[in-house]
Amino acid sequence: MNQPIDRRQLLRGAALAAGGAALTNWTPAWARSVSSGIAAPLPSVSGEDIALELAWRTATIDGRPFRAIGINGTTPGPLIRLREGQEVRLQVRNALDRSSSIHWHGLLVPPQYDGVPGVSFPGIDAGTTFLYQFPIRQAGTYWYHSHTGGQEQSGLHGPIVIDPVGADPVGYDREHVVFLSDNSQLSPEAIFRRMKLNPGGMNFQKETLAGLLAGRDQPESERLKWGGMRMDAADISDGTGSIYTYTINGYGPADNWTALFKPGERVRLRIINGSSMTIFNVRIPGLPLVMVQADGQNIRPVETDEFQVGVAETFDAVVRPRENCAYTLVAEAVDRSGMARATLAPRAGMVAAVPLLRPRPLATIADMGMAGMAMKAMTPRGTDPTAEQNRSRLLASGPVDAGFGAPSKRATPLGDMQGMAMASQGTSGMKMSGGDMAGMDMAGSKSGAMDMASMSMRDFKNAPQVAKNAGVSTIAPMPQDRTGDFGQGLENVGHRVLVYRDLVALDRNPDVRAPSRSIDVHLTGNMERFMWSFDGVKMSDHAAPIPFRNGERVRVNLVNDTMMAHPIHLHGHFYELVTGHGDHAPRKHTVVVAPGGIVTFDLTADAPGDWAFHCHLLYHMMAGMMRVVTVRKEGDEA
Amino acid sequence: MKPVLLLAAASAMAVTANPAAAQSMQGMQVPGMDMSKPMPAKKRAAPATSRRKTAVAQKRPATKAEPKPGHDSHGDPMKDMTMPAEGGETSSLPDMNMTADHDGAAASGMMPGMAMPASGQLTPSGTDLPPGDAPPPPVPTDHYADRTYTPAAMQPARAMFRHENGGEPFSQVMINLAELQVHDGRDGYRWEGEGWFGSDIDRLVVKSEGEGTFGKGVDSAEVQGLYSRAIGPYFDLQAGVRHDFQPSPTQTFATLGIEGLAPYQFDVSGAVFLSTKGDLLARTEGTYDERITQRLILQPRVELNFAAQDVPRDRIGAGLSNAELGVRLRYEISRQFAPYIGVSYTAKVGRSATFARQDGEAPHSTSLVLGIRAWF
Repeated sequence: MNQPIDRRQLLRGAALAAGGAALTNWTPAWARSVSSGIAAPLPSVSGEDIALELAWRTATIDGRPFRAIGINGTTPGPLIRLREGQEVRLQVRNALDRSSSIHWHGLLVPPQYDGVPGVSFPGIDAGTTFLYQFPIRQAGTYWYHSHTGGQEQSGLHGPIVIDPVGADPVGYDREHVVFLSDNSQLSPEAIFRRMKLNPGGMNFQKETLAGLLAGRDQPESERLKWGGMRMDAADISDGTGSIYTYTINGYGPADNWTALFKPGERVRLRIINGSSMTIFNVRIPGLPLVMVQADGQNIRPVETDEFQVGVAETFDAVVRPRENCAYTLVAEAVDRSGMARATLAPRAGMVAAVPLLRPRPLATIADMGMAGMAMKAMTPRGTDPTAEQNRSRLLASGPVDAGFGAPSKRATPLGDMQGMAMASQGTSGMKMSGGDMAGMDMAGSKSGAMDMASMSMRDFKNAPQVAKNAGVSTIAPMPQDRTGDFGQGLENVGHRVLVYRDLVALDRNPDVRAPSRSIDVHLTGNMERFMWSFDGVKMSDHAAPIPFRNGERVRVNLVNDTMMAHPIHLHGHFYELVTGHGDHAPRKHTVVVAPGGIVTFDLTADAPGDWAFHCHLLYHMMAGMMRVVTVRKEGDEA
Repeated sequence: MKPVLLLAAASAMAVTANPAAAQSMQGMQVPGMDMSKPMPAKKRAAPATSRRKTAVAQKRPATKAEPKPGHDSHGDPMKDMTMPAEGGETSSLPDMNMTADHDGAAASGMMPGMAMPASGQLTPSGTDLPPGDAPPPPVPTDHYADRTYTPAAMQPARAMFRHENGGEPFSQVMINLAELQVHDGRDGYRWEGEGWFGSDIDRLVVKSEGEGTFGKGVDSAEVQGLYSRAIGPYFDLQAGVRHDFQPSPTQTFATLGIEGLAPYQFDVSGAVFLSTKGDLLARTEGTYDERITQRLILQPRVELNFAAQDVPRDRIGAGLSNAELGVRLRYEISRQFAPYIGVSYTAKVGRSATFARQDGEAPHSTSLVLGIRAWF
């Protein structure tokens, strides 16, 4: 298996020797496998007039061909570099054989340029050109992608970086975009069909008899209980390493995209999860990550060793490698069926040890929305000996991180260290954080659910607004606020892990009014039929829009009744997470709602128009997990 | 399932009791209270400029003396944070925003309704405020995009939007059994499969099963055409017709059945068949996939056929007429394609057995089976 890698490295060496100009244009210049960083003059598109052309091409990842959509000939597409306050005109020419679109993820644009066919515009027919034009009203790290069918999975996506009009509050000497994706040799249509016909079929890390006999995974009594509920604790991701090669900037783990730095420099990593179905856990063994931005919005710096990035989320981290050595950036799929890998190094060609893929997690009873059961720490019994991971496992040259298996710790807010001492003492290793309790309150008052009858896994009394149909297999009996919980599989990684409650907006929120009302949106589904919906109603079932008045502030409770995490994205707006940070609530465009969890946000509906609101797991959206949100001026409801 | 629920409920109650304990333990662990923030009481008046100098001063020795990555890099990247020239927002220096204009922020750790003891200046702000109970606006009936684009252009896009987001139909052909049966006497073969087309809820299903003996031809062959509707998360109700081509003469039944996934992950199905001659038959099947490894799966299987009356022409006796107990071990080369090997025991029971004996046939037989399970 080493051969293709060696050959590629040779090729790369040859290309470099030829002066770099000989580099193939397989990938955009900003992402070329030895990148000196985009702090240098930008090989990207910028300015007020930008032309993008969409066309089919063959991408080569880890030496294997992938049919992909290129934007200006690269997959992912070029970095679109803009400046806050400018106007931009984007000419998108569709040279595909089918209709297409581009949505500017996280950008506040007029509704007719939001790029969702059927909601914001008719789409871009094959052979035609569409002109997007809008002012840039924000700064930060964002991305763009197709909103047509499964084209995003084919690689129709790329990064956007917007420089602030004033001084950047984040100090850094160099920056790199880290665009995460999951690429498959299967077409999106084939992947979706497989998921529909054989849900769970891509999981080759299930619990087995071999695992039971070896004393791994759940003990027999647990398995019986889960089986009795027709549930699979190993069902973490629908799309897995069995069909995906996880990539960074279009490069596979064996390609090893490399980001350069000079020792001592502060390197800003703009990490974008542009994948279709994969939540990643990101870390750089040996380098603490100072998180400075989430979803393009500055946050108070908080230092961690690992963080989870949901599909469509972005996080900016500043690292400061001091030594003249290489570091491995590991982005492990949440189900640990594979990893994306890149290298940070002072010189091209240097590599660091690649850690083993850690054992995959199992869902717990908290993921069923049974609050409090999370308190019962499950003794890990190792993972099924027959579990399969993708080819990225072969790159491992080091052991699993030291400390793996020990309880994770909370991230460290930076700055006033005296003030923090108490906090870190109080939270490290303590599973029970304030968030958990707040969640309990909410759950309790929501469902009045302390009686045993309502602990049924499908009692519509716990969610009266949810349609009772075959598409809803579970209703979380006691959903809890899990924004203080470590993400799935990150409870026992032995180092600091970022949670949503660690995010605090750097600036005061623009709207600090109390919400005038609140609504619940239930995230519902049936894994057995691969049906996904909001409130039990698929988009295709002529689901009524969720209406907002222009300018009103509304509290939205996202209640996850399923046993999977869902990254929920609202177009055209940012919302403030209700995580106990008052008027410094973190502002997000996408938030992962943990299984059995509740995420609450306050939304100021200030952009009149129709906006898409959906799960950003591509095939969940394609299965119907979507709504249109309407924002209308009073009296303009028509 | 009951013990789980009991357990869950019990522990849920334990948790409700817990906050008090946690509070006394942690001193200040109040719901929603975020301890990661400096308490408002200690208003720190470090001016930004002096702080920046300190940061710079600290930085140099640190770089030289502490070359180890991951050690003492606390805060370094942010210590050099550039300060925007203007703007009262001291918060751009992240640790310092408890000053002056941030009275409101002081309460940011608080949940709605949480009164902070003693210090009255703390008023909740922003997301700490409880929501009101205003009514929602009416649902608009227009489409906003129609203000920019023509409805004629938007209408097909909307139809496609719904189609692409939950409305796409699917189809599948599933061959459950396609096997050789090796046993005493002449070897035989058997098939069982289905194809379907439709949505998540409504489907058209065609099923077929049958068996035969090499050299003697098909012993039994049936095809069912069914309308299938999901009646719950795990079960489909299916109704339609069944036509038997063998044994001849052919006959036709009205069919009503149910199939799905039972608790403990058993795949089960049951159907009743009413023939045009008024004979009532029934069939029930159950299988279970025992996953030995990720790809090696042992599938025990039971099929029972019943009749409400004797059907001598078809050599079927009233009551339980025949049974198949089988176990098949398959290897999933891919999830779509799996060869298998197994043992199948079939027995005619009661009056059906009597019919068989009268015909000079053995009522029981055990076969070694070799086959393929596949779908596409």
